[in-house]
Amino acid sequence: MSSAISALDRVLSNEQDILREWVRLQLSAVTVHSDLMRETELREQSREFLSLFRAALLKGVGYNTSGDDWAPVRDFLGNVSRSRAIQGFTPSETATFVFSLKQPLFAQLRRELANDAEALGEATWTTTVVLDKLGLYTTEVFMKSREEVIMRQQHELLELSTPVVQLWEGVLALPLIGTLDSARTQVVMESLLQAIVRTGAGLAIIDITGVPTVDTLVAQHLLKTVAAARLMGADCIISGIRPQIAQTIVHLGVDLSEVSTKATLADAFTLALRKIGASVAQPKAKD
Amino acid sequence: MEKIPILRMGRFLLVTIQVDMHDQLAMQLQNDLTDRIVADRAHGVLIYISSLEVVDSFIGRMISNIAAMARVLDAETVVVGMQPAVAITLVELGLSLEGVRTALNVDKGMALLREQVAAAGRT
Repeated sequence: MSSAISALDRVLSNEQDILREWVRLQLSAVTVHSDLMRETELREQSREFLSLFRAALLKGVGYNTSGDDWAPVRDFLGNVSRSRAIQGFTPSETATFVFSLKQPLFAQLRRELANDAEALGEATWTTTVVLDKLGLYTTEVFMKSREEVIMRQQHELLELSTPVVQLWEGVLALPLIGTLDSARTQVVMESLLQAIVRTGAGLAIIDITGVPTVDTLVAQHLLKTVAAARLMGADCIISGIRPQIAQTIVHLGVDLSEVSTKATLADAFTLALRKIGASVAQPKAKD
Repeated sequence: MEKIPILRMGRFLLVTIQVDMHDQLAMQLQNDLTDRIVADRAHGVLIYISSLEVVDSFIGRMISNIAAMARVLDAETVVVGMQPAVAITLVELGLSLEGVRTALNVDKGMALLREQVAAAGRT
C-alpha cells in the first residue's frame, strides 16, 4: 500500500471529524434544502457514504468506479440520487453531495501529509478522480430517474386522454383531447375498436372539440380510424369541428366526404339516434 | 387437405373461417365459393372471420376479390366479425376494402344481407 493510500485510510478512519466537518459544510452551503430534506437524513446519508467509500477505496484496485468493488457505493448513490430526484433537487445539487466531500477530505489530508508533498499530491489526485466519477454517476442516475418519471407520465397521459364512453345502446363516443400523433392514434384506434367489440355498438362518434389543430397527418389518422371501424362493421360520425378547423380541412384538400361530419356532439348524437331508430322527447311542461 | 366449409342457408351462403388463412387456402376458398354461388344460385354471401387473427396484404386482397367476384355473379357479400387487430392491419396496409359491406355480428350481417336482397327486388 502506497503512503498516499495509507494516509487516505488514516484520514478516513477518523470518521467522526470528517463527517462533522462535511455535514457542517453541506448545511452552510447555498444549495442546502432544509425544506426538502431533514438534517438527520443528510447526516445519515453522509455517514453511510463515508463508510462505503472507505471500504471500496481500500479494496478498489485502480479506482475503477465501475468495477465490482464499488458496487455498494454505486447502489447507495443511485438510491440517494433517485430519492433526491423525486424530492425535487436539481442535478447539480445532487452531484454537489459528492463533490462537497473534497474540501473536508483535502483539509485532513493536508494535515496528515504536511511533510510529504508527493504523497499529498497523489492522494489528492486519486480522491479527485474517484469523487468526480461518483459525482457524475449521481447525475447520470438522476437524469435516468427523471426520464423514467417523464415516460411514466407520458404513458399515463396517453391512457387518460382516450376514454371511450357509451352514450346509448349501440352508440359510442370518443372525445379526443390534445394533439393527435401516430402513437396516440394507435391507442385511440385500438381502444375504440376494442369497445366496439365489447359493446357491439354499430355507431361511434369521434369528437374532436379538444383537438387544437388538424393538419393533413391528423386528418389521415382520423380517416384511418374511421376506415378500421367500418371494416368491423361500425359507422363513424366526426363531430366537434370548429370553424377554423373546417377552413383548414378544406384548405388542405382533405376529403372528408365519405364520413358524416357534424359541428357539435349534440348534432352527432341526434343523427346517431335517428340512425338507430331511437328518439328522445322532452316531457311536456306541466301547467 | 384443409378446406373451409361453405354452408348453405336458404339463398345465402355462410363461410366461417376458423383457421389461419394461408395463400393456398384462400385460393381454394375463392374457387369453391364461386362454384357454389353459381351452383346454389345464391343471392348473398356472409363471411365470418372472427377467428382470423393474422392477415397480410394477399389475404386482404382475396377478401376484396371474393366480394367483387360475388358481385359479378349477382350475390351480395358481407364480412362479419373482424378483429380489431385485423382491421388496423388492413387499414395500415392501405386496404380499406372499399365496396365490401361489413357487420359486427352474424345477426346484423344477415339483416344487412336481407335488406340488400330486398332492395335489389329479389326474394
